[in-house]
Amino acid sequence: MRDVIAETPTARTLVLDVPDWHGHRAGQHLDVRLTAEDGYQAQRSFSIASAPEDPAVAITVEEIEDGEVSPYLVEEVRAGDELELRGPIGGPFTWSVDEGGPVLLVAGGSGLVPIMSMLRHRAARASTVDTRALISVRTPADALYREELLALGPREQLDVRWTHTRSAAPDPGGWTGRVSAAMLAELGPPPGAAAHVYICGPTGFVEHAATLLVDAGHDPLRIATERFGPT
Amino acid sequence: MAPISRGFRGRRPTADPARIPPGQYLTPDFPVLSYGPTPHTPLDQWSLTIDGAVDRPVSWTWDELTALPSESFMVDIHCVTKWSKLDTMWLGVSLDTLLEDVATEAEYITAWSDGGYTTNLPLEDVVDGKAWIAYGYAGSPLEPEHGGPARLLVPHLYFWKSAKWVRGLRLTTEDEPGFWEDVGYHNYGDPWREQRYQGD
Repeated sequence: MRDVIAETPTARTLVLDVPDWHGHRAGQHLDVRLTAEDGYQAQRSFSIASAPEDPAVAITVEEIEDGEVSPYLVEEVRAGDELELRGPIGGPFTWSVDEGGPVLLVAGGSGLVPIMSMLRHRAARASTVDTRALISVRTPADALYREELLALGPREQLDVRWTHTRSAAPDPGGWTGRVSAAMLAELGPPPGAAAHVYICGPTGFVEHAATLLVDAGHDPLRIATERFGPT
Repeated sequence: MAPISRGFRGRRPTADPARIPPGQYLTPDFPVLSYGPTPHTPLDQWSLTIDGAVDRPVSWTWDELTALPSESFMVDIHCVTKWSKLDTMWLGVSLDTLLEDVATEAEYITAWSDGGYTTNLPLEDVVDGKAWIAYGYAGSPLEPEHGGPARLLVPHLYFWKSAKWVRGLRLTTEDEPGFWEDVGYHNYGDPWREQRYQGD
């Protein structure tokens, strides 16, 4: 592991030098396997945050209370440690600028991680594909990559907005409260635009956002989802 | 040889380790994984079809399916994303019941679902009491996010083989990789041999 970046009080990005990495597609994940001294092993999947074009592979890990692997990755592991990885993994929840747009990205909490890979990929390719992103977080302190997102290029045709579910609206164009039909309608693109839609977050969040978009007239077959956490 | 993760202790399972396949951990929750939105097909428009390499396709409406002899059964389930859940209680119709009057030379099935999902299995893995069309979970109707109104249940394979929102079984003479099988997941998916991905 090359480097560790603190993102929020409960999330860290691990920057990894991976020998024989054959590249990934934006949106994919990898498996991390930990081995205790007595040989006991535990493995979990983590979304890749870096763009395929980035020189190193990065994952961002949100610590899960009572988790087995995430607390180790957020609190214990440090630069120079060796991690056992497998990947990249994942098929439908991927996007490349070559697929074009428009693109609608909807993220809840650390569900932003694979979507960040897509946005970084867009930036690395200097793509001006019509891309809208709605990011739901509890408070500004929970927001991942905020400064980078505000500076991310190309600004042309890129609209990134936040909604805060537990605190006041962040900035002009932002919202307060749970993702709503009104927010999605204002952000666009409209259902008729046949957007590629990617939704990632906790199960309840994804179910809610996907239902709003299907009810609004988006084609279910163009909506890719990735869920995590218990129900 | 896997590198030792300095300072990693891990959480040892409290259940009988013989019930937990390699690389899995136990969860009391019931995580939800699907690649798209949850479909909501009204029951009066719902049907289950068995077709493909069969003498005569058969089909059941919702009322017809739920009128068939059902079984309550308790099984352990294992998801390729590493969670396992023990002693889950289901209600459904055995595939033996559904296949009773189906004459076929097929050796494989492709289960297909609302929303476009498919998964492939050897026919022999879904007969002799090994698979069900399940419509009840833990004493209640199966919730949509867990595959309701009905899902395939093949507990001895990784859970992606247990297609949610199942609407049909197509019997085939050739093995045809399904949705996940086509993008790098293992074609068979035996959790006890840790067949997660192609090449395992």
